[in-house]
Amino acid sequence: MLRLHVNWFDYTILAIYFALVITIGVIARRAVATSEDFLLSGRSLPAWITGLAFISANLGAIEILGMAANGAQYGLPTVHFYWIGAVPAMVFLGIVMMPFYYGSRVRSVPEFLLRRFNPATHLFNALTFALAAVLIAGVNLFALALIIHVLIGWPTWLSIAVSALFVLAYITLGGLSGAIYNEVLQFFVIIAGLVPLVIIGLKAVGGWSGLQAKVDHTKLGANAFSSWSGTGVGHWTNPLGDWIGIVFGLGFVLSFGYWTTNFAEVQRALSAKDLSAAQRTPLIGAYPKIFIPALTIIPGLIALVVIPKLGGTKITYNDAIPALMGKYLPNGALGVALAGLLAAFMAGMAANVSSFNTVVTYDIWQTYIRKGRPDRYYLNVGRVVTVVGIVIGIGTAFIASGYNNIQNYIQLLFSFFNAPLFATFILAMFWKRTTPWAGIAGLAAGTIGAAVMHFAGYHIAYFYPHQVLDPTHATINAQMVNFYGAIAAFVADLVVTVLVTLVTKPKPVSELAGLVWGVPDPNAPDPASVPKPVWWKSPKLLGGVALGIVLVLSIIFA
Amino acid sequence: MSEAPDTGAEVPQSAAAKLFDLRVLIGGLFVLYGVMLTVAGFFTSPANLAKASHVNINLWMGIGMLVLGVFFLLWWRLRPLQRPQPDQPLPPETGTVR
Repeated sequence: MLRLHVNWFDYTILAIYFALVITIGVIARRAVATSEDFLLSGRSLPAWITGLAFISANLGAIEILGMAANGAQYGLPTVHFYWIGAVPAMVFLGIVMMPFYYGSRVRSVPEFLLRRFNPATHLFNALTFALAAVLIAGVNLFALALIIHVLIGWPTWLSIAVSALFVLAYITLGGLSGAIYNEVLQFFVIIAGLVPLVIIGLKAVGGWSGLQAKVDHTKLGANAFSSWSGTGVGHWTNPLGDWIGIVFGLGFVLSFGYWTTNFAEVQRALSAKDLSAAQRTPLIGAYPKIFIPALTIIPGLIALVVIPKLGGTKITYNDAIPALMGKYLPNGALGVALAGLLAAFMAGMAANVSSFNTVVTYDIWQTYIRKGRPDRYYLNVGRVVTVVGIVIGIGTAFIASGYNNIQNYIQLLFSFFNAPLFATFILAMFWKRTTPWAGIAGLAAGTIGAAVMHFAGYHIAYFYPHQVLDPTHATINAQMVNFYGAIAAFVADLVVTVLVTLVTKPKPVSELAGLVWGVPDPNAPDPASVPKPVWWKSPKLLGGVALGIVLVLSIIFA
Repeated sequence: MSEAPDTGAEVPQSAAAKLFDLRVLIGGLFVLYGVMLTVAGFFTSPANLAKASHVNINLWMGIGMLVLGVFFLLWWRLRPLQRPQPDQPLPPETGTVR
């Protein structure tokens, strides 16, 4: 039913795109001579490239299809995942945290924890991150194979093998530069694929006002166009729950935890050519992030109106975008949209694989298994680890195709590890007393806190519609439990970190130079000697304008 | 690269400066796609036009992609990458990071 009528013209467009993907890997190969060239692009990239890669690394197809599904299911409250749930954290990363990451010359986020805390904290974070990265890469691969099977009819094993091979080729050849350059290209192709759906769809339903009138008659109703209505504490009716969960759980804990400590994101900024470019990386990424909801939520709402039985068992909410592609796009535009969708799947996988190989090579292999070898050795390790990561990803994809819902469990499990990270980092960077053992204790406590809240949440009536417990647990507001679980993780981490700090021995201040607020690195260049960037490159200006736009949009669409 | 301090014979030098300029490829791809879709847009069948609720989407997308591609090619021509020249003092922005 969702099968697309793809012809030679679409296949030509796809073939050109995939040829270019490989070409980028092949020519980026010439710029790889050291392990740092391979794993961190030799810290040489300009800000516009790292900024677009920063946003593209998050623009995986699961994200796009999922947000369109949320748009169809919840309506405008979905913007919370973009505006309050991403932009403030990106601005904070650029302005406040990047000087610690980039200025301390660490090569990864776990390495920051190693220097700030101890090997136990480091290993905990490095292992959970690495494992999450390959398994989620596999989940992406599986999702890709499923959608290709539905849209074009290829068997799932073929799509898994072919797309893994492409990602493998451009990362093992070109390293992070190959991944990042492809991410920038993917960004434009993804946008080019989504824009036509919005234009044609809006024309078909009679513009924005026509869309509003038609959505009013669906089961979503008029509330679909108000992002903050029904968020009152105690009697919430908003599909994302009350404002405490949205502001603190999503906007503060989850968002800051993901955007400021997830190495797949931070790595893009670490590959920038200087501190100014590294600071601008998340800030440049924030601008597209503000407007991407127009390309995901609006198609979701259009699909709700024009695709009969969307959200049923045959056509799920996740099919919103593919269904619109089949309904509206002629051959040609269809090929571009398909290229965009496949690009998004590769982006989601490549970002995970290219951060996995860096963490495994530098943080695990070089730190604990084989120290002090020549750089050439670690360059080769990086290449081998890339292959291993992709093979594990393929394995995960095949396991996922055999067991229903296993991908949901994988994502749930790693959300427990991610939730407390921001509490640990904020204390690490701003309280120099925070002790090495408090690092691991806080992370462990936060992870347990998230897990406990998740399972306890199913027995709390407040998380159910109309605040009435449903014994079958089917109608629970899972997003809301997730947000409150994050709050629990944050509080548990904060309390345990402070308590353990008070009874254990802190690191001498001399070892914290450049890692903590108020402890400058004596080897850092004198700030007066660094040329001041031109005014429009000022991080505070870029960040302030992004926050201002979000504020205005939030008021308009309140 | 040649400007980097001498760090010993066995330490390989970064080749990051050899990285090509991505703007050429983005520009090239979008000009090619733009031309293909624009030409296809001139031959849109009435059935396809009706399918896309009477928007000649191939034509408009083609023109849009052509404009984006030309923008990247122009940017690349007018502001080429500044590479450190051996016989010339380094501008502050392109100094090697190490």
